[in-house]
Amino acid sequence: MSNALTIRGLTKTYRGGVQALKGVDLDVREGDFFALLGPNGAGKSTTIGIVCSLINKTAGTVEVFGHDIDRDLEAAKSCIGLVPQEFNFNQFEPVVEIVVNQAGYYGIDRKLAYERAETYLRQLELWDKRHVMARELSGGMKRRLMIARALVHEPKLLILDEPTAGVDIEIRRSMWQFLSKINAQGTTIILTTHYLEEAEQLCRHIAIINHGEAVEHTEMKALLMKLHVETFVLDLRETIDSVPQVEGYNLAMLDSNTLSVDISKEQSLNHLFEALSLQGLHVLSMRNKTNRLEELFVRMVEEDNA
Amino acid sequence: MKLSQQYVAFTTILTKEFLRFIRIWIQTVLPAAITTGLYFIIFGNLIGSQLSDIGGLTYMEYIVPGIILMAIINNSYANVVSSFYGAKFQRHVEEMLISPMPNYLIVLGYAAGGMARGLVVGLAVTAVSLIFAEPQLHHLLVTLYVVLMTSLLFALGGFVNAVYAKSFDDISIIPTFVLTPLTYLGGIFYSIDMLPQFWQNVSLINPILYMINAMRYGMLGVSDIDIRVALLIITGFVVVLYLFCLYLLNKGVGTRT
Repeated sequence: MSNALTIRGLTKTYRGGVQALKGVDLDVREGDFFALLGPNGAGKSTTIGIVCSLINKTAGTVEVFGHDIDRDLEAAKSCIGLVPQEFNFNQFEPVVEIVVNQAGYYGIDRKLAYERAETYLRQLELWDKRHVMARELSGGMKRRLMIARALVHEPKLLILDEPTAGVDIEIRRSMWQFLSKINAQGTTIILTTHYLEEAEQLCRHIAIINHGEAVEHTEMKALLMKLHVETFVLDLRETIDSVPQVEGYNLAMLDSNTLSVDISKEQSLNHLFEALSLQGLHVLSMRNKTNRLEELFVRMVEEDNA
Repeated sequence: MKLSQQYVAFTTILTKEFLRFIRIWIQTVLPAAITTGLYFIIFGNLIGSQLSDIGGLTYMEYIVPGIILMAIINNSYANVVSSFYGAKFQRHVEEMLISPMPNYLIVLGYAAGGMARGLVVGLAVTAVSLIFAEPQLHHLLVTLYVVLMTSLLFALGGFVNAVYAKSFDDISIIPTFVLTPLTYLGGIFYSIDMLPQFWQNVSLINPILYMINAMRYGMLGVSDIDIRVALLIITGFVVVLYLFCLYLLNKGVGTRT
């Protein structure tokens, strides 16, 4: 399968000498759902800005579906739809006009543009708001408007820079469903997010950027396998006043009904439950203390910073 | 992009710009009509009636072309500078920058939007002038050429201003401190023949003088300047400014990091 995006040796030095990217290499396969993660200021948005030609690169090459942005920029741009981090539409224009005008910039005639605008605004539950001025929309609606706008020219590559920031959980989940659907229909998606649960749930491949360098670039499953120890929180039926002792397990008391335990890949949860049962303690429910990817992400970034 | 797609992209910007200033016509069209109406009453009627004819024309007749062109200049410039800077400020200029639309279409689309406002306001001012003076048209083609090229020139000027502007102050400095003085000193209300020789020579470095005189020639058949020189200068400025706008956009000055 060919690449939707190929980046080689991408560097960016801003005026004033700040080096935002220090030779990033990245491959995103066609049809992939790809997570681009990294702490604030790591270089994610700079990378996206260069790919979308909003930022001039210092060195390196970028190809979008084989179109080099230095030699064949128009063709490369035609393949990309961008949902940026900040709201960047005219706040004083009606919703439908924003989407239809965007189609116009891609040379799509007005009749077809209206048809597509209706399709995507309906799918994103904004059709009823089509005549409303954009500034009157809620934060979640504005995010969805930017997704509709990015899709109106039906791009092969959709880049979303923190699309669910500040969106309530219900809308976030409906956006996940929508994005999964269009990915299943063949659109390649690159997602940056600070909600690592989102990345873990949606994405098949992942790259982590830190200090302008790609410190990890692999499959999501392979990355999660690197997590050797997970911390679980156990809710107990009984009340305890001290930490029960179970040989080989590192237990800690969070409150009189809750324990936390670090479990390595070699250890068995069954064995732990049996040992607790023998002490008269019954586990009612269990959950990860933190999201697995989040735990791994924090460790990797800390290691890289060290 | 195919030619047909480029046409769609161009008309998208033009339509958007046209609707933008028409939606707020009370701010964009009406003030020019009222202000110029006051010019006609005060300068043309009250003061002008006390003055002798200029080149066989009443003072009111003499000032009409310049006042119409002043309105076109100010509005073509104002439309592009405020709209393009607004697009930068709200960052929706990125909608165009990420699209495959060539940069020259962005320049031409905004310029056409500025021209549209200049022409609408120019028509409104012309309509007001009919209350005060008989309509005159000495040379239709020259008048049309001057109107279109001057509005294009100042629309492009507004684009350059917007590209460099970093704050709302920056988009009012040029119109206030450069455009307005040059327009008033460009011979709207007087013939440079009335000035001492030194000030006549100084006036000749003001490009707006050539535009106003070309307009006056088109409408009334009189001009202080050789009309061929005037048309050449207007055309030259348009070409230079257009190429400069394109250069700025291609380099990403003020629009890309």
